[in-house]
Amino acid sequence: MGILFSFFAVVALIVVVFVGVQGANLHYLFGVIIPFAAFITFIVGIVYRVFRWGKVPVPFRIPTTGGQQTSFPWIKASRIDNPSSALGVAVRMALEVLLFRSLFRNMRSELRDGPKLSYASSKWLWLGGIAFHYTFLIILIRHMRLFFEPVPGIIKIAESLDGFFQVGAPVVYVTDVVFLGAVTFLFLRRVVIPQLRYISLAADYFPLFLIGGIGVTGVLMRYFFKTDVVGIKELTMGWITFSPVVPQGIHIIFYVHLFLVSSLLAYFPMSKLMHMAGVFLSPTRNLANTNRAELHVNPWNYPVKVHTYEEYEDDYREFMKSAGLPVEKE
Amino acid sequence: MYNGGKIVIGLLIFVGLVISPFLLKGDKATAKPDPKVDTPEILKMPVGERTCVEDKEYMKAEHMKMLNEWRDWVVRDGLNIYTSKAGKEYTMSLQNTCMKCHSNKSKFCDECHNYVGVKPYCWDCHIAPKEEG
Repeated sequence: MGILFSFFAVVALIVVVFVGVQGANLHYLFGVIIPFAAFITFIVGIVYRVFRWGKVPVPFRIPTTGGQQTSFPWIKASRIDNPSSALGVAVRMALEVLLFRSLFRNMRSELRDGPKLSYASSKWLWLGGIAFHYTFLIILIRHMRLFFEPVPGIIKIAESLDGFFQVGAPVVYVTDVVFLGAVTFLFLRRVVIPQLRYISLAADYFPLFLIGGIGVTGVLMRYFFKTDVVGIKELTMGWITFSPVVPQGIHIIFYVHLFLVSSLLAYFPMSKLMHMAGVFLSPTRNLANTNRAELHVNPWNYPVKVHTYEEYEDDYREFMKSAGLPVEKE
Repeated sequence: MYNGGKIVIGLLIFVGLVISPFLLKGDKATAKPDPKVDTPEILKMPVGERTCVEDKEYMKAEHMKMLNEWRDWVVRDGLNIYTSKAGKEYTMSLQNTCMKCHSNKSKFCDECHNYVGVKPYCWDCHIAPKEEG
C-alpha cells in the first residue's frame, strides 16, 4: 500500500512537470518560482522545527551508554562511550554524525531451533547508509559548480576525484553509480525483509522513490539526454543574483529533476529526513553522563508553595495546647 | 529555549552554508561564456559552409562522446576516416582536424568548460595549439 502510494506520488510529480512545462509552457513557474518557494520552505521549516525541539526541556541526562561511567580513579572509565566531559561528548557526537556509530553496532537477532536466541553483527544497513549519505554529500558538493562563478578549486578537486576512472565521456562519476546502488539497496531491504516491510510506511518509501527519481533523472541528464549545462548555469546564477532568466531550449528532463529536488526540499522539514538536524539533538548522544557528579535541577521547577511546621504550629497552637500536645514555641 | 546558545549557533552554521552562494557571489556571477568561432581558418571558409563535422546542436551536446569514440576508433581499431551524417569524410584527429579550425582553445573550449567547471582530460596527452598573444 505504502509502496504503491509513494511510487505513484512520485510519478504524479513527474507528470505535473510534463503538463506544466511541455503542455502549459510554464517555464518561469517551474524554473524560478517553485524552486525559490521550495528553498524558502526548506530553510524556514528546518529552523522552525529545530526551535520547536529546542523548547522541549531535557529534564535529566539519559545515560544509555556502552561503557563504564567515570567514578573512582582506579576504575577505568570509558571516555567516549560514557563521557563525563564536553570533549568526550564532542568525540561521541562526531563519531555518530560522521560515521553512524550507533548503526555500526546494529545487531541481528534470530530465533533458532532449540529454541535458542542468537545475535550476530549486521553491518549491511550501516554500509548502505554510509554509502548513500556520503555519495549524496559529494554529489551535492559537485552541484555547487552551478552556484559559484568562478568555480572554486575544492569543487573541481571533488569532481576530478569522482571521475577518477575516466570511463567514457562525459566521465562516469563513481558517486553516481554508488548512489543509485545504495538507494536501490535501501529500498530493496524494506521490500525483501518481512519484518521491515511490515513496519515500513509511505513516509519511508516516498523519500526513497523521490531521491531515487532525482538520481535517475540526474544520470539521464548527464549521460543520455545531454542537457545544456551552460544554459542551466545561467538559470542557477540568475537565482543567486536575484535576476532570474530562463534560457530557452533546456531539456524537459532538467525540469523534472529540478521539480523533484524542489519537492524534496519542501518535503524535508515535515518528514523523517529531519534526522539531519535531529541527530545533533539526540539526548542519549549529546549529553555528558554527569548524573551523579553534578547537581541537575529540573528545568521546569518553580517555587513550590510550602507550609512549614512552624507555620502549622502558629495556626493550631491553641488547639494543640488544649489537647495537651507539646509545642516548640509557647 | 534550552541550550539555546548551542542550537542557535548550529542553526546559523546551517543557514550560512545553505545561503553561501548568495553571500559569496562574485562580480562575474552573471557573465556568460561566449565561445568564439572567428579563427582565421573558419573565416577562410565560405559563409554558407561554415559548419563543424556535424551540426551545431549535435556538436554542442555530443562532442565529448564523439571525441571519445574517435579516440577508440583511431587508437584501438585503427580506423581513421569519419563519415558525417551529411556524407562528408573527415580525418579523425583532435589536433589536426578539430583544432585546425578551432585553434583558439582558450577562447573556444575553455570558455564553456571553465564556466561549468569541467576539465576534460584531452590535454593530458595532446598538446594544445599555440595561440597568439
